Amino acid sequence: MGKTLYRKVWDAHTVGVLPDGRTQLFVATHYVHEVTSPQAFGMLKDLGLTVPYPERTFATVDHIIPTDEQSEPFADARAESMLTALRRNCKKYGIRFFDLPTGEQGIVHVIGPQLGITQPGMTIVCGDSHTATHGAVGAVALGIGSTQVRDVLATQTLALSPLKVRRVRVEGSLRRGVTAKDVALHIIGKLGAQGGLGYAYEFAGSAIEQMDMDGRFTLCNMAIEGGARCGYVNPDDTTFTYLKGRPYSPKGTDWDAAVERWKSFASDADAAYDDEVIIDAACIEPTVTWGISPDMSLGVNELIPDPSAQEDPEKRHAMQAALDYMKFSPGESLKGKKIDVVFIGSCTNGRLADFRAVAPLLKGKRVAPGVRALAVPGSQMTAQQCEKEGIADIFREAGFEWRLPGCSMCLAMNPDRLEGDQLCASTSNRNFKGRQGSPTGRTLLMSPIMAAAAAITGCVCDAREVFRDQL
Amino acid sequence: MPVKFFVINSNPLPLSPMPLEKITTICARIVPVPGANMDTDRIIPARFLKCITFDELAGKMFYDERFNADGTSRGHPLDSPHHAGAAIIIGGENFGCGSSREHAPQAIRRSGIRAVIAESFAEIFFGNACGIGLPCVRASAADLEKLTQLADEKPDEEWKLDLVSMTISSSVDSFPVDMPAEPRDAFLQGKWDAVVELMNSPERVRQLSSSLPLPSLPSPPHSHAG
Repeated sequence: MGKTLYRKVWDAHTVGVLPDGRTQLFVATHYVHEVTSPQAFGMLKDLGLTVPYPERTFATVDHIIPTDEQSEPFADARAESMLTALRRNCKKYGIRFFDLPTGEQGIVHVIGPQLGITQPGMTIVCGDSHTATHGAVGAVALGIGSTQVRDVLATQTLALSPLKVRRVRVEGSLRRGVTAKDVALHIIGKLGAQGGLGYAYEFAGSAIEQMDMDGRFTLCNMAIEGGARCGYVNPDDTTFTYLKGRPYSPKGTDWDAAVERWKSFASDADAAYDDEVIIDAACIEPTVTWGISPDMSLGVNELIPDPSAQEDPEKRHAMQAALDYMKFSPGESLKGKKIDVVFIGSCTNGRLADFRAVAPLLKGKRVAPGVRALAVPGSQMTAQQCEKEGIADIFREAGFEWRLPGCSMCLAMNPDRLEGDQLCASTSNRNFKGRQGSPTGRTLLMSPIMAAAAAITGCVCDAREVFRDQL
Repeated sequence: MPVKFFVINSNPLPLSPMPLEKITTICARIVPVPGANMDTDRIIPARFLKCITFDELAGKMFYDERFNADGTSRGHPLDSPHHAGAAIIIGGENFGCGSSREHAPQAIRRSGIRAVIAESFAEIFFGNACGIGLPCVRASAADLEKLTQLADEKPDEEWKLDLVSMTISSSVDSFPVDMPAEPRDAFLQGKWDAVVELMNSPERVRQLSSSLPLPSLPSPPHSHAG
């Protein structure tokens, strides 16, 4: 019986079994950022511990970074102190920090793959739930907490129990105007926000094989929203082509050896899975969330569901609470709902392919009056490339605020936030209550092209109708 | 008990001023925090994450669930006088989903809560909570409903969460609870903070590290698209 990629990577990184039965797992690559690392560095200091493998940790600043004006000191003294602490800690322990002046700063889950640090067959962790993103290259990538960040800094290992593996096969071809984001929202809607508890998701099938790397990052990024702590795609030629020539990728003769090694991690044809789900790609519509959990979604042409039709009382109650918060009614269409803010960015959809997909649609068009539209590239490298290709100018000319890289309005730890109960068409990953910075703010998750359509028309609409000849 | 010592860089250093507490039973009153998919943004909104320690999180748990923008109470059970001092939370399905922020269990623990009972827990939250000595145990949806009802009807009732017998019991009622064997053993043995164990095999870690590739350091200057 063959093995899954998850099992092969797990076995290759196992140090041993701890007295409580958990596995001591070696961490090949560790990313840190300013929100969840200072506490860990503080614990190291308190315990008198050092960092024995500083070359395996990489740092960036993303969550608190302002995206309009980045000269220091920042207006927000607390944000400034978090950046300063990270600089100090990286210097003290000899950790490479992609600081603002490096030209390589950006959202940790965007720059890791972009720099080629994220590679197939690795165990990758970060004090951030969207670490699942890195699994797209064929890695086992997990989000962890700050105490575990301390463990990794101090020992380069973690105490963990293995997950089960569910293969999620998306078979067939995606329809016109349907993107990786729609696939992610569709899967979460189908399996539930808790559906992946206890599982790693292996995304497979012909639709995934045809998907480009930026799409695979979007898909794996959202695994955690479906309850799966990690998601991955087996490495293939698309992966290798993406990684070739990146700054931290193997070079010269090392490259060929690396590709051979990476291929060996792919799940065997006869690997056994704990569960399997098959999804028909042709059934996936442009998908939008209507509630306060990422599994509360519908195809854009469907109607908001009626809680009274739900038999499970807890689910009925949750649906009603979501509708009350969102100020929506059962049976309504999301189409036509007036949008206040559009946000294109985040570790989910702030990559080059996202901006490249949207730019031609925006060309010669204007953001609707009364709509505030933000475009926030995921990294300085993405921003630079968008300038070079004229993408940034297209966004600006259309009336978008073209901003500096950071997490921005995905979680509003910087000044970018919703006001009051504004309704936001967002390419980010969470529609939780208050997520975008206002305790009553309302989020509709969707793909970049759907968000672009909302920006142009000022309301939720089907991008295939708005950009009829272009999609 | 002697303070536990181990060796790093040949210098003996105390890992912690006190050995870890064995967590076997927690006796407290219970308080419901209703709702499925209680995400960590609701447990601790992102604006409270602007700090470099966990020191300021006490009292901030579930802040926007409990308070309006003007600071007035929204009547959450946690703020009901009947439940004042309760230290075991009764939650729903997928408790602690979303962000990996350890600020969530830290805020709960630092607000005086000593255990959470829910239908299921998000993985990262569960690991974070166990690592700081906050047991999270599962109970069935039906039992959680009964516990919630009992919390409402008899808020003064003392309950005992017992990690040996895996039950939550009052003087009259008892319900089974569940937890994976590894974290349960870690609580019972006083080994819920794993770092001591993780430091025990540096040679094996060193060997593994030297056999596993590192990202190649770039040769500047470099340029790259995408």
